[in-house]
Amino acid sequence: MAFLSKSWRTLVALLLLFITWETMVRLLEIPQWLLPSPLKIFQEAALNWSDFSVHLLSTLRLSLSGFAIGTAIGLLTAIILFLVPFLKDSLYPLLILSQNIPTIVLAPLLVIWFGFGALPKLIVITLVCFFPVTVASLDGFKQTPAELRHYLSMAGANKNQLFWKLEFPSALPAIFSGLKISATYSVMGAVISEWLGAKEGIGVYMTLASSSFRTDRVFVAIFAIMILSLLFFACIMIIERFVVRWKTKGGDSR
Amino acid sequence: MSRILSVNSISKSFASKKIIDHLSLDIQAGEFVSILGPSGSGKSTLFHLIGGMYNPDEGEILLNGNQINGQRGSISYMPQSPSLLPWRTVLQNVLLGQELQGKKDVETAQKMIEKADLSGYTNAYPSQLSGGMKQRVSFIRALLSPQPVICLDEPFSALDELTRLDMQKWLLSIWDEHKKTILFVTHNIDEALFMSDRIVILSAKPASVTEEFILPFSRPRHNELLLTDEFLAWKRKIFYTLRK
Repeated sequence: MAFLSKSWRTLVALLLLFITWETMVRLLEIPQWLLPSPLKIFQEAALNWSDFSVHLLSTLRLSLSGFAIGTAIGLLTAIILFLVPFLKDSLYPLLILSQNIPTIVLAPLLVIWFGFGALPKLIVITLVCFFPVTVASLDGFKQTPAELRHYLSMAGANKNQLFWKLEFPSALPAIFSGLKISATYSVMGAVISEWLGAKEGIGVYMTLASSSFRTDRVFVAIFAIMILSLLFFACIMIIERFVVRWKTKGGDSR
Repeated sequence: MSRILSVNSISKSFASKKIIDHLSLDIQAGEFVSILGPSGSGKSTLFHLIGGMYNPDEGEILLNGNQINGQRGSISYMPQSPSLLPWRTVLQNVLLGQELQGKKDVETAQKMIEKADLSGYTNAYPSQLSGGMKQRVSFIRALLSPQPVICLDEPFSALDELTRLDMQKWLLSIWDEHKKTILFVTHNIDEALFMSDRIVILSAKPASVTEEFILPFSRPRHNELLLTDEFLAWKRKIFYTLRK
C-alpha cells in the first residue's frame, strides 16, 4: 500500500522533531513548567495512565456520539436542502452564518440555556460536525454526471429512484471527504465542550493541568487529542475504501 | 407485421426556433429502422420527444396505440456514451432498466452477459472495461429493459472503425435472436445500410422526413456486403439524397 510505504517519512520527520526538542530543552535548561521535554511527557503519560484513561474514554465516548449525531443531521440537512430547492435558497445562507459564531462564545450560552448535562456538549459537537458534511454532500449531489442523469430520466426513473440510485451513490466520495473533516473536528469539539464544565474528559484534565502549571500534563492531553483525531480519520478512511471500492478499483485491468 | 410506434406529424421549437416540423414516422414490430440525417438536424431532439423528455408542440406519439407524449420510460434507450453507473458491477448495471420498472430477472441477465463474451466480468466495475465492452453492457441493459422499442442514439460513434464493425455485427447477431424493435440514429451511411431494414432520411433544420428506403439486403449480413456493387449503389443514392 502506497500509504504505508510513504508513512515512514512522516515517522522519521516526527522523530527528528522530538530529538531536536529534547536536546534544545536540555541544552538551554528550559524549566519544566515552561516547556517539558518529550521524554518527560511520555513518562508522565505512562505513570498517570490509569488516571488519564478515564478522561480519555469519556472524551472518546462524547466525540463518537457527537460525531454520529452531527453527521447524521448534516447528511439529513443536505438531502432535504437538495430535494427541496426552495428551502436551500432560504436556509443555505443561515447555515453559513451558523459557522461564523465562535464556539467559545456560544458554549457558555448553551450552558445557561441547557445546564451542565450532556445536551449542551452534544450541541457544540453537532455544530462543528454537521457543516462540513452538509456542504460536501450538497456539492456531491450537485455534481452528478449529466449523462447519467439523462439516461435515468429517459429510462423512466422517478425523483425518488433518481436520488437513491444515482445522486446519492455518486455523491459518496464527496460525503466521505466531509466525514473525514468532521471526524477530526469532533474531538476538538468534544474537548471544547468539556471546558464548559464536566466531571471528566480530556478537556477537564487539561484545564486542571494548566491551572496548576503541570505543563507536561497539558502536553499529554494535546498528544491524546491529536492521536484520537488521527485514529478517527483513519477509521473513516478505511470505511471509505470499502464503501467506494468501485473508485479505487479503477482501470487496473486495462 | 403490426405497427408498434407511430409518430404523427409532431413539431417542436426551442426559443422560437423550429427544430422539428410535422415529422411523421411509423415503425413495425420487430423492424430495424435507421434515422439518417445531417448533424444538428434534430435527430437527438426526436429521440428526446419519443423518450418523453419533452412534450411535442404539435402532433402525437403512439406506442401500441396509446399516446405517450411526454411520458418517460416508455421506450428503452441506449445513449451515445455508455452511461453505466460506476459504482455498480456489470450485472447490477445490466439490471438497472428492469429495476426501475419493477421486477428483476438475474438469470436471463447472466445468460446475456455470457453471450456478450463478458462472462469473466459479471462482477467487474465499468472502470475495468474497455470502450467496446462498456457499449456491449449498455446494449444488454437496453435489451433487458422491459419496453418493446429500443432507441439507439449513435451508440458507436466514439469507437474506432474496427471495433465499430465488430460491434455492429455483434449487435445484429443479438438482435436476430430477440427481434426487438430498434430505432437507430446515426450519421454514418455505411452503418445505416449495413444494419437496417429501412432507412429514414431527415432534412436539415427544421427536420422532417425527406425520403424512406426499404433495403433489399438479406440477413444475416456479412462483411462482404460492404463492398458489393449493390451496397455501393445504395450508398451513392443515399449520399445524394442527403446532399439535396
